[in-house]
Amino acid sequence: MDAVQIDNPKFRELERIIGKYRTIDGPLIEVLHKAQGIFGYIPPEVERFVAKELKIPLSTVHGVVTFYNFFRTQPQGKHVINVCLGTACHVKGASRVVEILREELGIGIGETTKDGRFTLTAVRCVGACGLAPVMMIDDEVYGRLDREKIKKVLAEYRE
Amino acid sequence: MPKRIDVLICGGAACLSSHSDEVRAAIVREIEAHGLGKEVRVVETGCMGPCELGPVMVVYPDGAFYIRVSPQDAREIVEEHFLKGRPVQRLLWETPEARRIIEERKQVPFFAKQKKVVLANCGLIDPENIEEYIAADGYTALGKVLTEMSPQEVVEEIAASGLRGRGGAGFPTGRKWKFVADAPGSVKYVVCNGDEGDPGAFMDRSLLEGDPHAVIEGMTIAAYAVGASRGYIYVRAEYPLAIKRLKIATTAARGMGLLGEDILETGFSFDIELRMGAGAFVCGEETALIASIEGKRGQPRPRPPYPAVQGLFERPTLINNVETFGNIRHIILNGADWFRSIGTEASPGTKVFALSGKVINTGLVEVPMGTTLRELIFGIGGGIPDGKEFKAVQTGGPSGGCIPAEHLDTPIDYESLQALGAIMGSGGVIVMDEDNCMVNLARFFLEFTASESCGQCVPCRVGLPAMLEILERISRGAGRPDDLDRLEQLAETVQRASLCGLGQTAPNPVLSTLRYFREEYEEHIREGRCRAKVCTALVRYWIDPEACRGCDQCRRACPVEAISGTPGKPPYVIDEGMCVRCGTCREVCPFSAIEILDRR
Repeated sequence: MDAVQIDNPKFRELERIIGKYRTIDGPLIEVLHKAQGIFGYIPPEVERFVAKELKIPLSTVHGVVTFYNFFRTQPQGKHVINVCLGTACHVKGASRVVEILREELGIGIGETTKDGRFTLTAVRCVGACGLAPVMMIDDEVYGRLDREKIKKVLAEYRE
Repeated sequence: MPKRIDVLICGGAACLSSHSDEVRAAIVREIEAHGLGKEVRVVETGCMGPCELGPVMVVYPDGAFYIRVSPQDAREIVEEHFLKGRPVQRLLWETPEARRIIEERKQVPFFAKQKKVVLANCGLIDPENIEEYIAADGYTALGKVLTEMSPQEVVEEIAASGLRGRGGAGFPTGRKWKFVADAPGSVKYVVCNGDEGDPGAFMDRSLLEGDPHAVIEGMTIAAYAVGASRGYIYVRAEYPLAIKRLKIATTAARGMGLLGEDILETGFSFDIELRMGAGAFVCGEETALIASIEGKRGQPRPRPPYPAVQGLFERPTLINNVETFGNIRHIILNGADWFRSIGTEASPGTKVFALSGKVINTGLVEVPMGTTLRELIFGIGGGIPDGKEFKAVQTGGPSGGCIPAEHLDTPIDYESLQALGAIMGSGGVIVMDEDNCMVNLARFFLEFTASESCGQCVPCRVGLPAMLEILERISRGAGRPDDLDRLEQLAETVQRASLCGLGQTAPNPVLSTLRYFREEYEEHIREGRCRAKVCTALVRYWIDPEACRGCDQCRRACPVEAISGTPGKPPYVIDEGMCVRCGTCREVCPFSAIEILDRR
């Protein structure tokens, strides 16, 4: 830990967690999940920190972070909107949902609104196919979407 | 202690999304307010099946099935039903389907003809309470194998049952167990593959959330049979509720001596660790999954050596799917012959399907193998909504294929689906109607597999984008006469030369749609026409002058100002050169005056 990190409670928390995971077999992905939970995303300094603490080459850590869709290397907006692009949602018009969100928020998939309130991303399937088309905002699932419902839901998060 | 009334509220993913947790809180509040706390028990269960109608709730002993319950209904239900014994009629689901579910739930388990085997407990017990699982014969099978059977006998029983892997490929489970049992080595692992990455599949999710102990028990029996002392459950990070319930379940099982050191004081030890996936479809492939548990990039490796000989951390490893493990305890308790009495000769037992898409009853269903697609979609699923025409059913996700109407009477088993160019897969069944374009669907799946390719081998990394490019061209109306031949050639190369199952099966959606819906491809190429009006480059929007009333709504809604007209003076007109075919005008038009026509 360098001087800045010692003062940073997030790094102290991560160090504590790594201490717990150091003894398990193949801890890297578990540690990265925890790191993302603490920081909200995985910036380069966190990759370096994890590599050093787990004694794993930085290239390996970076390789894993970039391989998996779940790990983010950019900070996210206050609310993350995940539009489901699974098959059931696709046949029930998920592309319309993306289009409507683009109109409403002025951003495309992978982008964050200027005010930092929303990040728009896509997921493959949230397993709520019975409610298709669906989107998730943070941990909340919204189903049977149409323009009206999307507007209503977004309004709740704009308050 | 039995109570006067049992209230089962579905806590499956779909119902939770419809706020069943708030309904439960409201019901509990009202029960307390009416002083019924000692008489009524409220249980949050796993998925009951009819997701479309959620939040759903069943009240015993009368078996009243409530649908689309809101927290505001709680007081009425408690006062009228629980207090006065009069079920609230307006919330009751009174259809033959509802009666069937209710009757089924009243049956004694392990009835000869009963269909719910793997899901027997889902929706009936509280998945967070180990005692309810034990009361439903839970861990009895584990007790039986540990005290009455040798590991060899367990392997033989599973082999005799004819159970085949429910992850999709259908490899005989007993044979897999034998490979691992026979593999030399003192350290072995049992891994549960819960990386349900197929879009449109939520069977494993529902089982892990609704009956986690059944999976844990199945894994523990497997561990005993193959001689493993450690297990891993690999679950998608997208399933936080499943992870939470598995944590609760493993902790409870450990606390009761059903997991950990010296299980049931028999000297046998086995423990399970949970591992979260991180969003990579390829990790459903067993060697990629192993790499992921080891903390590496989820890239597959060539086989042999098979995981049974050299798997996780280079040790012999048994990998089975969630649903496969869910079958184990039933086979042990009821015997291989009983299991063989369900389903077909070559595919015994039941299969859980996640039914979705253009079908009236979406949700989770379990049927004997050999049930026809027609029975599944029209009998159980209730057919196609809005009076539309059935077009195709997609099984097996991105590795599967589309089956047209003429094959609806095909019995569902591993071989017959494969013969049709589809696969059983893990159980996602997506129904499509006349409004779905088959070229677009093939493109959708290829976009998926091309972006999920791990990039390791050339046929998959390069071949899939090359196929996708052709499909995109066809969707744009720029298809060339030899494109279909080219697609087929590429598909064959990718199938034959790819390293793992992802690449080997990725061309299936293209090949099966080419096989059954070739004329749709040809229409796109030759006539520049998309009959389903899905491919936006091939359609135009048109305002019917007869129907237009000049309300001005479309003009105001159009994001590119392509519509002109004067309020009160119909008709309005769309400038086709400017129109981006987003469909907004059609959504807002109160008079259904806007139609989609062929562009040419």
